[in-house]
Amino acid sequence: MEVLDLARWQFGITTVYHFILVPLTIGLSTLVAIMQTAWVRTGNDKYLRLTKFYGKLLLINFALGIATGIVQEFQFGMNWSEYSRFVGDIFGAPLAIEALAAFFLESVFLGLWIFGWDRLPQKVHLATVWAFAAGSLLSAYFIIAANSWMQHPVGAEFNPETGRAEMTDFWAVLTNNTTLVAFPHVIATAFLVAGTFVAGIAVYWMVRHARQDKAHPDLPMYRTAARFGASVMLLAGIAVIVTGDIQAKLMFQQQPIKMAAAEGLMDTAQPAPFSLLTIGNLAGNDPESVHHVLEIPGLTSYLATGDWNGEVLGINDLQEIYSERYGAVDENGEEIEYRPNLLVTYWSFRLMIGLAAFSAALCVAIYWFTRRGRVIDQPWMRKLALISLPMPFLAASFGWIFTEMGRQPFVVAPNPTGSDQVMLMTMLGVSSSTSIGEVALSLSAFTVVYAILGVFWFRLIQRYAVEGAPLAHYEPPSDDDSADKPMSFAY
Amino acid sequence: MDLDLPLVWFVLIAILWTGYLVLEGFDFGVGMLLEKVGKGDRGRRVALNSIGPVWDGNEVWLLTAGGATFAAFPHWYATLFSGFYVPLLLILLSLIVRAVAIEYRGKINDDAWRRRWDWVIMGSAWAPSILWGVAFANIVRGVPIDETMTYTGGVLNLLNPYALLGGATTLVLFLSHGAIFLSLKTHGAVRERSEAVARTMAPIALVVTAIFAIWTQVAYSVTWTWAVVAVAAAGLVVALVAGRAGRFGWAFVGNAVAIAFAVVLIFGSLYPDVMPSSTDPAYSLTVENASSTDYTLTVMTWVAVIFTPIVLLYQGWTYWVFRRRLSEDNIPEHSSLTFLPKKDKKTKVEK
Ligand code: HDD
Ligand code: HEM
Ligand code: HEM
Repeated sequence: MEVLDLARWQFGITTVYHFILVPLTIGLSTLVAIMQTAWVRTGNDKYLRLTKFYGKLLLINFALGIATGIVQEFQFGMNWSEYSRFVGDIFGAPLAIEALAAFFLESVFLGLWIFGWDRLPQKVHLATVWAFAAGSLLSAYFIIAANSWMQHPVGAEFNPETGRAEMTDFWAVLTNNTTLVAFPHVIATAFLVAGTFVAGIAVYWMVRHARQDKAHPDLPMYRTAARFGASVMLLAGIAVIVTGDIQAKLMFQQQPIKMAAAEGLMDTAQPAPFSLLTIGNLAGNDPESVHHVLEIPGLTSYLATGDWNGEVLGINDLQEIYSERYGAVDENGEEIEYRPNLLVTYWSFRLMIGLAAFSAALCVAIYWFTRRGRVIDQPWMRKLALISLPMPFLAASFGWIFTEMGRQPFVVAPNPTGSDQVMLMTMLGVSSSTSIGEVALSLSAFTVVYAILGVFWFRLIQRYAVEGAPLAHYEPPSDDDSADKPMSFAY
Repeated sequence: MDLDLPLVWFVLIAILWTGYLVLEGFDFGVGMLLEKVGKGDRGRRVALNSIGPVWDGNEVWLLTAGGATFAAFPHWYATLFSGFYVPLLLILLSLIVRAVAIEYRGKINDDAWRRRWDWVIMGSAWAPSILWGVAFANIVRGVPIDETMTYTGGVLNLLNPYALLGGATTLVLFLSHGAIFLSLKTHGAVRERSEAVARTMAPIALVVTAIFAIWTQVAYSVTWTWAVVAVAAAGLVVALVAGRAGRFGWAFVGNAVAIAFAVVLIFGSLYPDVMPSSTDPAYSLTVENASSTDYTLTVMTWVAVIFTPIVLLYQGWTYWVFRRRLSEDNIPEHSSLTFLPKKDKKTKVEK
């Protein structure tokens, strides 16, 4: 183990962890804002109850989301200082703007929302939750812009005097075509996660109540929530597929070796099939031992080029092309391996797509079983709802693992149509001054602390979900309310 | 326009740190004093809720300072955070558990649960209150940095008398700040106890800060910052006198001025370096050699010009919305939720 390996593990663990929480915050903040809007517009109590119920779950999630985000912000400097020096001129800007434009918006308005129920007029209070939701979307945009620049650097050139990449066009960085497709893909993912979450919990409750009492007064409320969640899942699911498809075509141009790896496509093929199942030794990165068992003819050609008969370059040819263009040996004289880890890229791509099937099934089932005023009372639906809950979270994590591991060995992947100097190998990005002991210490400290906090997070979410939507009452703020009235919410 | 952009950003980053330390300073103070001024559970909740709606927004000043340093002075960001690895790790761990503790403390109605988070809230306020001072003092003092801008010292390098005094300074300033804040924002028993703490802390803060400031001035600074030291001292004297007179609004202003001018002192002493090298002054990171290109700094300047006033406006508004003092009467009952014992859980879920 070297500093590099530990630093990579630390980045992977902390970021994947952060991104388990992120999509729920992004999606659920907007969904809660919609629920509260429905309440303000209709005055119907059930929307208020849902707002408070899911709002509480959102808060439990948000706390851990910001806690783990803070680490990310400083980790670039701690473990990846050489990377930070190389890219800081470009990469720092979206990070700083994210904090200034988005994090303030998010955290200040969240404070106003949670503590403001009895302090702000109803409409102003409603505006605060929307501002909070807007903040989380905005923060996603800037961080994705930063990340997309690492996938596809634009608007920058290499300065041989300083040895750094320097920004030449900030607008190009913000409108990177990689960003423009990654952002909707990630946001659609977030809504798929949140829609599944809302619908899953609502179905669980619907079944519980319906089995007890067909006329339970809470049934209409949970039915509304389940159908709302299902609609979100439907729209988000379509958006995920459409944007994913566009992204795949773009990736075949921008990082062809990543996509070839995702397909386990060893040799150039025309047309190239889409592999559903593969046996053999992907783990050894040994091209000879890979056998595709199940394939859809032509699909990869279609994904890559939009033509069922298009030619797709295989990994082995790409390795040679990359070696020629970006160098065959590193400074230690060892041959550079441009093929990312095949096992991880191949399977994470499939899991990303495949795990979303649970949400699709849940969505269809909800629509069917709640048709024409019905409520769901099938016990197996409760099981399906609970099993589906974690699946889009996992799918999203696999999506990131694919994106990030598929980019290796680069931390800044070269842009095929841009400057060949604006790129950086991961191994050159790691801090030169940190010792292995320090990184081992931080890696274990974060892992342990995150594990403990994760348990609390899970138990609280579970506990509040199992409590169901509490009865809610609302008193508008009045000017003369006496000073010793209890707050509507307090820690 | 012929602005010296790196200098502009040096000043802006000083402002961001000022915002952070002034605002989160009292959050930390409140956290450290939770037990002392709170006594019972209700009292602790009064203290905690006095920062409830604002602490998260206050913390974003740190994230902005970090992001701005990355964008404007990548080498500073890289050398500082990879060099001060262990203290930064401890600060990060504190900030992580603190955020979760504040948010989760009241979520389960169980005394042991609440007590445990109380201790986390206190510990995670003490640690960064000391460590920030240690870190800044070390930056001013200079650390071993080689010709590749790489920090070559170890952790122990960071523990020296001057740095520890720096840690003590931020500690007493924040304790004082937190006590004054609570005196302003609470009623009843918590207020009385806070005022007492504020009065005790004021002279201590004055003396410790004065020693640190004079040491800084004599050993590391330039002439003009004597004026800065004088203003900081005046701020602390105002805090002391106003505290005795029960004028805690003025005391707060005085203390905030002192913290702000302590930051000015530190940045003023540094300039034109951002991280002096104790190995060889030629290796120091300076405002010039650590900065981004003029293009990037221009873009960032526009962003700052547009967004900073907006942020100040709505963040200021939150303080206005939640301007009332809190007393134990304002604290609602606990949420009734407890973790279910294993057995009941089954029956409750299945029924
Ligand atoms: C697609 C969205 C997304 C992605 C890829 C990331 N984050 Fe994040 N982050 C958010 C979306 C988000 C959010 C929705 O805005 C969060 C999540 C949960 C939350 O509470 O706010 C957040 C919180 C959050 C915070 C705390 C903000 C606060 O205190 O209010 C910081 C400092 C970061 N993040 C920094 C990062 C960094 C440096 C990342 C890159 C490695 C990163 N995040 C990946
Ligand atoms: C939140 C979603 C994200 C997840 C789940 C994620 C996941 C990962 C993983 C698993 C790695 C390790 C890859 C490897 O070492 O083989 C990695 C590396 C890295 N990622 Fe991400 N990432 C995410 C977003 C980002 C963003 C938004 C950025 C930049 C703004 C980023 C920057 C990096 C960097 C600098 C590395 C460095 C080192 C390395 O390649 O190991 N990541 N990420
Ligand atoms: C037909 C379905 C899908 C296709 C064709 C698809 C395609 C892609 C592609 C090509 C990438 C890699 C982009 C890159 O390397 O930069 C990607 C990334 C990603 N995918 Fe998907 N995807 C699909 C479904 C899903 C689902 C269901 C989820 C989650 C619920 C998901 C979540 C993600 C995430 C979080 C990333 C990483 C962020 C990014 O680079 O955009 N995807 N997807």
